[in-house]
Amino acid sequence: MLKLILRRLLLEALPTLLVLVTVTFFLIRLAPGGPFSSEANMPPEVMAAIAAKYRLNQPAWQQYLGYLADLARGDFGPSFKYKDFTVNDLVWAAVPVSFRLGLMAFVVAVVVGIAAGVTAALRQNSWVDYSVMGIAMIGVVLPNFVLAPVLALVFAIGLKWLPAGGWEGGKLIYVVLPVAVLCQHYISVIARITRGSMIEVLGSPFIRTARAKGLPAGYILRRHALRPALLPVISYLGPAFVGIITGSVVVETFFGIPGIGQLFVNGALNRDYPMVLGLTILIGALTIFFNAVVHILYGFIDPRIRIH
Amino acid sequence: MDHPHAPSRSQPPKGALGGFGRPRAASALLDVRNLNVRFATPEGEVAAVNDLSFSLQEGESLGIVGESGSGKSQTAFALMGLLARNGRATGEVLYGGANLLALSEAELNTRRGAEIAMIYQDPMTALNPYLTVGDQLTEVLRFHKGLDRKAALAESARMLDAVKIAESKKRLTMYPHEFSGGMRQRVVIAMALLCRPKLLIADEPTTALDVTVQAQILRLLQDLRRDFRTAVIMITHDLGVVAGVCDQVLVMYAGRVMEQGPAEALFAQPSHPYTMGLLHAVPRMDQPHGSDRLATIPGNPPNLLALPPGCPFAPRCVERDTACLAPAPLTAFGEGRRRACHRPLEQLCDTDATAAPAADSAQASDRRVAT
Amino acid sequence: MHSPSHAPSAPTLVERLARPLPPLPGLDDTLSHSIRGRSLWADARRRFLRNRAALASLVILTVIVLLCAFGALPSPHAFDEPDFDNMHVAPATDTAHWFGTDNLGRDLYVRTLLGGRISLMVGALGALVAVLIGTLYGATAGFLGGKTDSVMMRFLEILASFPVMFLVILLMTFFGRELWLIFLAIGAVSWLDMARIVRGQTLSLKRKEFVEAARVCGVSRWGIITRHIVPNVLGIVAVYATLLVPSMILFESFLSYLGLGVQEPMTSWGALLEQGAKSIEAAPWELGFPAAFLITTLFCFNFIGDGLRDALDPKDR
Repeated sequence: MLKLILRRLLLEALPTLLVLVTVTFFLIRLAPGGPFSSEANMPPEVMAAIAAKYRLNQPAWQQYLGYLADLARGDFGPSFKYKDFTVNDLVWAAVPVSFRLGLMAFVVAVVVGIAAGVTAALRQNSWVDYSVMGIAMIGVVLPNFVLAPVLALVFAIGLKWLPAGGWEGGKLIYVVLPVAVLCQHYISVIARITRGSMIEVLGSPFIRTARAKGLPAGYILRRHALRPALLPVISYLGPAFVGIITGSVVVETFFGIPGIGQLFVNGALNRDYPMVLGLTILIGALTIFFNAVVHILYGFIDPRIRIH
Repeated sequence: MDHPHAPSRSQPPKGALGGFGRPRAASALLDVRNLNVRFATPEGEVAAVNDLSFSLQEGESLGIVGESGSGKSQTAFALMGLLARNGRATGEVLYGGANLLALSEAELNTRRGAEIAMIYQDPMTALNPYLTVGDQLTEVLRFHKGLDRKAALAESARMLDAVKIAESKKRLTMYPHEFSGGMRQRVVIAMALLCRPKLLIADEPTTALDVTVQAQILRLLQDLRRDFRTAVIMITHDLGVVAGVCDQVLVMYAGRVMEQGPAEALFAQPSHPYTMGLLHAVPRMDQPHGSDRLATIPGNPPNLLALPPGCPFAPRCVERDTACLAPAPLTAFGEGRRRACHRPLEQLCDTDATAAPAADSAQASDRRVAT
Repeated sequence: MHSPSHAPSAPTLVERLARPLPPLPGLDDTLSHSIRGRSLWADARRRFLRNRAALASLVILTVIVLLCAFGALPSPHAFDEPDFDNMHVAPATDTAHWFGTDNLGRDLYVRTLLGGRISLMVGALGALVAVLIGTLYGATAGFLGGKTDSVMMRFLEILASFPVMFLVILLMTFFGRELWLIFLAIGAVSWLDMARIVRGQTLSLKRKEFVEAARVCGVSRWGIITRHIVPNVLGIVAVYATLLVPSMILFESFLSYLGLGVQEPMTSWGALLEQGAKSIEAAPWELGFPAAFLITTLFCFNFIGDGLRDALDPKDR
């Protein structure tokens, strides 16, 4: 087991990250005029700092190695936009906010999605099934940037139950709407996946065996059906993680939450190159790490993978 | 269904005779009366089993024979209450004074796995790949016998020994994918026998296995039947399997009984063209040279959604004539036998007596006398 | 002692079974209709046309596409011309602002249809790019197999484990926000699933009995590819392409919503939604109309894709 974990992390996750860093590093050097030279209206002191930071007077391979070394130390360089801050300062202030928001959305999506999917599967072709799947169908299609203003209109402006934006250190009342908007799509997708795989598993021969053994239905569901039915959901956790990170860009922008999503969009709009580059790599690293964890989790659940 | 199926009026009055014409002993273990299985599909209702009746004594064995689509497996699932969601069984399945078809799921669960057990066609998929063999064996004992984990493990190991799996204690901690096909079928059999059931339903237990393993599994089943005094319903498409194992035989085609009766008589003198066709499709080692050509039944198994009017076997039957366009009722004849065919028995037997190889070596002497 | 020749007058059962079935006209007529074969595509079309949700979606989608293409012609307004007398007004017929106007007094009807044109175009072109790259990549990997295949798939996995949206935004930051770049970037990062599906299909087809049979019969490599592989891969490519379009549209809307996509005064559904979201309290129609168009389009594509998949899926034929 430990060997599997180490193999995942060292032989797969790490090279993937290296490929990512390399590709982005050389890709942005293809940009017209070079990434850091075209900003005429930049204060000279920033220009100087950039030149030193990115070793612009050195050959490309030295720039690359130096950049790698900086990254290894977790140093993303200075911000173009905010002269007094480095990217690190800004990012580390934003990470806890996004982490909290994303984690809540993730947990809600998984728990509610699985519960809804199992419920629908157990009452296949009943009105419960049809209504759960109907709502899920809408949820799959509805973009979060449509849902966010609608929910804000109803619950913040209309009913005045919840604030329309802000974070305030993540007080519950400020979290409800962003989390709802962020997780709705993933609740729907997970519910659909769970229902489909649960129906398939419940129709499989080994469930019939379990029923022929005279085991109670609830026990069969928990002990025999749940684990195989959740394997496709676990495969989906990686994409869901990516999706929630991506979605947090919209949600944080709309609700004015000071997380990395908002930082990223502002960075892109202001052409704050080190910020965008640094965040891309940070998010890439997170995703790669998360995917490795999901792979390991999958191995824990499926004995056929565990052995081989 | 798009054509009427006349319920057979020639059936003996219920209760007077056993399914095979013997006086029905009060102690009949299982008594199936007019079992019908229907499936609701988008293309229409499918009649998978029609008016099936038989009874089974303690320790007796019955073979249900037919091609795929004949309804034999659905019969087994109906008895166990395991039909797919769109399936419905009507009629009576009397076991221990109760009609199994009328029981609630909970009531059924006290009998399934404990008194009535089942083994399956495909041992590769019948076991849960995510649980150890030990988990899957012990849960039966813990639910039905209330054993604790330790006692259940010990009993499970004993049962694995009984089905001749070596190193049973170690095997309990392993997952199904670590077993070969024959081994898995042994595990399934051990699982079925854990609570010493009175009735074992075996649905094509050897179909998915290698020929050498088939023989081992059949021998194992015979031994266990003797040791545990279990009644067996053996569902198969292979008459050779039935010949070696069963006391009674029931031949099904397109959800209907074509012929039923004691195995010996049925093999010695089949009374239905379908049975004859099946018998000739079995390769035989004990036949003199000259009759070793295998005959196949022309055509394909029927499409249950588009059955012909009348006898369902008529499209493939070499004996057919215009009478076959009407349904053939199941008619009693001889020693506890029944057949559903318009052709008089004598006509079929004329041709058969000249060349028909009987199926079982045990009956070879009978046949030789007849020749 | 035992020979069929003993009774020449009565045929043996083996012989009887071997001879042709006695004719039975009433019966054979009733059965013959059920054995007629149907071609794969005719069968698929029949199944698709029977799917009411998919069919209705196809009709609605056609209407939306036609509207986006020609619907703006009868309107007196231009997409970028502010109407200073009618700023932020609700839908009305007398001013010919059928969907109302935005905060600059620009006609929302015209802008919604124009936005639709951009969104649908990005969707279709993005999907095209993705399908082309994905099919080529997947088919190559599947065909060549072996080491090449595993290296290609490893590369795919690396790309797939990355949040591509951020990569696209990164590219747009450094290379500028050009419309053609949006097509390219979106398409270029969305071909991964396509490649995986095509590879899987090709691999499994390669091992199918009918391909083996064709090979044994001496059909050339090219013949196998064109006669057996391509038609069988085509179905799944069509299904997936249909499902790719809505995700491309969504992708573009997402970028435009963030202000990183289509730039003013050009617009797309995503850009309109961004403005609509800001003024939802004062002018809900600014969000409502583009949102309705976008969501209806997404629904239609999803239903059509599902319908195609069900129609082409050989599993429950």
